[in-house]
Amino acid sequence: MGNPNVGKSVIFSRLTGVHVIASNYPGTTVSYTRGFMKLGKQMAEVIDVPGTYTLEPTSEAEEIALHMLNSGDLVINVVNATNLERNLYLTLQLLERDTPVIIALNMWDDTKHRGIHIDLDQLRKLLAVPTIPTVALTGQGIKELVENIPQATSPETPERSHDERWTAIGKIVQQVQFITHRHHTRFERLTDASVKPLTGSIMAIAVLAISFVVIRFIGEGLIGYVCDPLFNTLWAPVLLRISNFLGGSGFLHHILIGSIINGEINFVQSFGLLSSGLYVPFAMVLPYIISFYLVLGLLEDTGYLPRLAVLMDSAMHRLGLHGYAIIPTLLGLGCNVPAVLATRILESKREQFIAATLISIAVPCAALQAMIFGLVGPHGWQYVAMVYGTLFLVWLILGTILNHAVKGFSPELLIEIPPYRLPPWGTVLQKLWMRTHSFLAEAIPIFLGAILVINILYTLGVFSAIANSTAPVVTGLLGLPKEAVTALVIGFLRKDVALGMLAPLALTAEQLVVGSVVLAMFFPCIATFVVLLRQLGVVNMLKSAAIMVSASVITGGILNLILH
Amino acid sequence: MPDGKLTTLTLMQAGQSGTVVQIRGGYRAVSRLSAMGIRPGKRITKVSAMFMRGPVTVQVDRAQLAIGYGVANRIIVALD
Repeated sequence: MGNPNVGKSVIFSRLTGVHVIASNYPGTTVSYTRGFMKLGKQMAEVIDVPGTYTLEPTSEAEEIALHMLNSGDLVINVVNATNLERNLYLTLQLLERDTPVIIALNMWDDTKHRGIHIDLDQLRKLLAVPTIPTVALTGQGIKELVENIPQATSPETPERSHDERWTAIGKIVQQVQFITHRHHTRFERLTDASVKPLTGSIMAIAVLAISFVVIRFIGEGLIGYVCDPLFNTLWAPVLLRISNFLGGSGFLHHILIGSIINGEINFVQSFGLLSSGLYVPFAMVLPYIISFYLVLGLLEDTGYLPRLAVLMDSAMHRLGLHGYAIIPTLLGLGCNVPAVLATRILESKREQFIAATLISIAVPCAALQAMIFGLVGPHGWQYVAMVYGTLFLVWLILGTILNHAVKGFSPELLIEIPPYRLPPWGTVLQKLWMRTHSFLAEAIPIFLGAILVINILYTLGVFSAIANSTAPVVTGLLGLPKEAVTALVIGFLRKDVALGMLAPLALTAEQLVVGSVVLAMFFPCIATFVVLLRQLGVVNMLKSAAIMVSASVITGGILNLILH
Repeated sequence: MPDGKLTTLTLMQAGQSGTVVQIRGGYRAVSRLSAMGIRPGKRITKVSAMFMRGPVTVQVDRAQLAIGYGVANRIIVALD
């Protein structure tokens, strides 16, 4: 346990070898992770919990931390050595309980060049529990920490009041911490510029623009120079042979290869398990997953995101949220599932509802965006801009409506801004690998399953029945061919496959814009649906879903009217 | 008790320093702020304020905190 952003997750990874996502902003961990470590001859379970300043929780993430504390046998209290006074409040609260405590005095290396001297012996004497200096990022002190775990104790400490604790902390800090005065460095002046209105806004626009360009550059580069050549020169000939072997038609051919278009395999339109089923996830979506998460990881680890939250605060208040909600929103551009979970860092149920609903409706995930780039992009970038512009407008308008419609008030922003840090490449790549791996492991099976289901349903004629019954809405209101409804149905499984289903329909650019927007907004994919249900509860989930369906039909209808 | 001119965090100029005198607010807000390092007697320096009643950024001890406008308005500071 410990304050937010002190390095708990990094220490957890060091202790257990289980890798968890760690970033340089408070509130990265919103749930708990279990892992095991060897302690002498036994195995001990270690739990990584969200950070908290006190044992009086103010957000759902902090409630989780408190809940886990009550079930633990021993607490490793991670303390930020560069901010001893504030961190000790939680430490004293922990010491007042009956659970044995050991302290990891983390970020120990930072104390030296920040002019902070800590008298370790005196601190150990005053706290009366083992206190080990650590540098989690490099692994320094972790071995000692493990060796001293058996010595963790629970000293006899009377329960104090709020004020008594601060008095006690004042006394401890006075005895153990000596600070050599140091002037503001030029670097610190520069970093302050990112939270000043004018310079901060310019920086934010620059950071977001550069991020976008880099994501596009890497994504397109991977597709154009790696994935496309591999599929076209190596895989296409193999598929043609299989196709010939299967006789060029029939049920199995339909499932595996799909349709042969002009005597060739069309990786986007053929729609067989081995053609589009492999090409779409690996050559259209994966490159963007990699490039997006690389850039996001860099933004997270430098510590820039909380500054963006400060900058966005007044704007976000108009949507009934505060600035910190920008972090779940940005995560949503990768995948809506962790984004909905990350709304736990918001303090009220009202904010969680608004943030989760807005994310599921108006924030397209990286997989869907990759498909929008891939399918709408060739028609011209103005059409891609239309899709994004519409979704952004929906985000603004719907947020404003929800802010007025949902009862309650929005708490104020109150966050710690971590110092900038040069992200170590090792940890950035590690995190990129974890996220890419979870895409491969969780998304690809659903993806292939979806294509299988689509092909079987087509053959059975189920889709044409659905298409005919919903034709009035889809063709009348949205101006799409009636077959497009099947994409909306499949959107529940995976939105990238669903958008891919629009490819063989020979839609106009305008129809693709309407289709992309409606598909993005209509309903969350099954994975997001499950976490939304868990996060919001049945009643609020139903409300949220009603908003989604009506908002998407209205937006699609308006868009169709404007574009025609 | 410091005897400098009293003001609020929102009225302070960026770059000014002072000592926190009082936080007007409910128990939750006060205990939350004190847990993050802002309580009577603490030295505080205003780093910046965002426009359109945006949050105020301050430096307390070794940490930078961003505080929403409404809360910052209720933090009373005695200027140096």
